[in-house]
Amino acid sequence: MAKVEVKVCLGTTCFVMGGNNLQELNDIIPQKYGDKVEVMGSNCLGLCSINWEYSKAPYVKVDDEVVTEATVEKVLEVIDKKLG
Amino acid sequence: MAGQAIHLKKEILVRIIKAFLSDNFEEQTRLIPFAMRPKGMEVPYRCCIYKERAIIKDRTIAGLGFPIEEDDETVSLGTYAKRALERTEIDDKNLTVLQAACKGCATNRIYVTDLCQGCVARPCTTACKFGAVSIVNGKSVIDDEKCKKCKMCVNACPYNAIVKITVPCEDSCPVGAIKKDETGFASIDYTKCINCGRCTAACPFGAVHEKSQIIDILKAIKSEKKVIAMIAPSIAGQFPGNIYQLKSAIIKAGFDDVYEVAQGADITATNEAKEFVERMEKGDSFMTTSCCAGYNQLIKKHLPEIKPFVSDTKTPMYYTAELVKKEFPEAVAVFVSPCVAKRAESFENKNVDYVMNYEELGALFIAKQIQIMDCEPAKYAVESSKQARNFGFTGGVADSVKSALNDEESIKPCIINGLNKDSIRQLKKYATSGTCEDGCNMVEVMCCEGGCIGGNATINNQKTAKKLIEQLSNESKDIEKI
Ligand code: FES
Repeated sequence: MAKVEVKVCLGTTCFVMGGNNLQELNDIIPQKYGDKVEVMGSNCLGLCSINWEYSKAPYVKVDDEVVTEATVEKVLEVIDKKLG
Repeated sequence: MAGQAIHLKKEILVRIIKAFLSDNFEEQTRLIPFAMRPKGMEVPYRCCIYKERAIIKDRTIAGLGFPIEEDDETVSLGTYAKRALERTEIDDKNLTVLQAACKGCATNRIYVTDLCQGCVARPCTTACKFGAVSIVNGKSVIDDEKCKKCKMCVNACPYNAIVKITVPCEDSCPVGAIKKDETGFASIDYTKCINCGRCTAACPFGAVHEKSQIIDILKAIKSEKKVIAMIAPSIAGQFPGNIYQLKSAIIKAGFDDVYEVAQGADITATNEAKEFVERMEKGDSFMTTSCCAGYNQLIKKHLPEIKPFVSDTKTPMYYTAELVKKEFPEAVAVFVSPCVAKRAESFENKNVDYVMNYEELGALFIAKQIQIMDCEPAKYAVESSKQARNFGFTGGVADSVKSALNDEESIKPCIINGLNKDSIRQLKKYATSGTCEDGCNMVEVMCCEGGCIGGNATINNQKTAKKLIEQLSNESKDIEKI
């Protein structure tokens, strides 16, 4: 099975809108899923400038799925669904 | 403060800035509540969309720099926007309470729950020194008139049946300056308030707001005047990218130049080290730092007895602003701050024109779509020392004074990490007894737990913020000896 890829946006908009709390994912994900899931930080994912949607930031991408107003719980939920 | 409320406050700031940058500030501001809660939208938090819009309007009033308490609901946000544009003076009462949010919060009291077993021993009645607990129909009842909220009965009950219902803002305030009154609304007593900002962070409804000066700052940027940002040392851990990229980003946002306040912190540390030596030679038993604005307010309003022991050295903000104004007397100097207390300090310093907190700077970046990590690094005219750059976390100031001394062994620092009822009592004891514990002769006082990285307007969590600051300071030169 291919690895699930989690990209946490560390761009300015996402960071200011609460993305700092998502840094925990760097510890939680490897602990919880081992090497089934890979987590990485990313520069601006470009989502905040589409229609100027800063208000839905912070963003996280789980493979192609965009998590808006992301929280640790929300992201884990999406990963769990992916892994079935 | 709950994540949602912080998110909301920041979104409103971004919208205010966007409105200012648009070609119709008044109208765009008037529309903010409607843009955020458009017709037909599901209502996320409150009873109905009208209520939500009313609350967003109130929060916007604070963002425009006005007191929410004085709003009589007849004045539109457009009019507030116009008034913000026209004003030349800013309000020195830095906080404002969205009282409509206080409704959801019960008043501070001791309450006997259904868990009361009506036991025979009745330790609650004997524990109470004020005769406030009596037995009615076999169960304990508290007389609110007599109750002093000492919690003796809470601790005495073997069934944990008695609870203290707390009001988070009241509980968080170290000096009893915010109170929910008989009407159930919280209000701030400015004769007592030390501007620590604790209540802004503690309220789960995000009801306490800083009155923003962002419009005044944007006005200055738009004018012909030179506008200079002075960034506090703790900022190094608050944004993506490094402080050199941050400088470019701030210039891109419209400022003409950026000074590190660490530059002033170097002067503070050096002067304080000299002063320490003098005081010790004179026979003083201890000295406290003087760089924290919240602590300085505490001294003035609640702890005058400690004044003789407080260093006369000025704050890093003071020295930095002095440098800026010496070089550019006509410039507008804006202090970029982790906390509301620095607003209070700025009103006592003619060299500081405005204060912008980290959340507001973040909102400005968002509104202008500036990505710090895409900005080219820019140099500072003066590189600050490692110790000065560490001023923003607890222990950093004491360490810098120590490092500036020739005889590092002569100093025995101790640290007050956050002002609360206990630590204030401790300081009082030092002042009245004239000595501190364990041979300590230098007390570093930080109003916020963790230091400035724990300020009410910070963006990053303390742990990573500290790590990022250390990344920078570890590559910086050591402070010079006095
Ligand atoms: S900063 Fe996260 S999408 Fe742009």
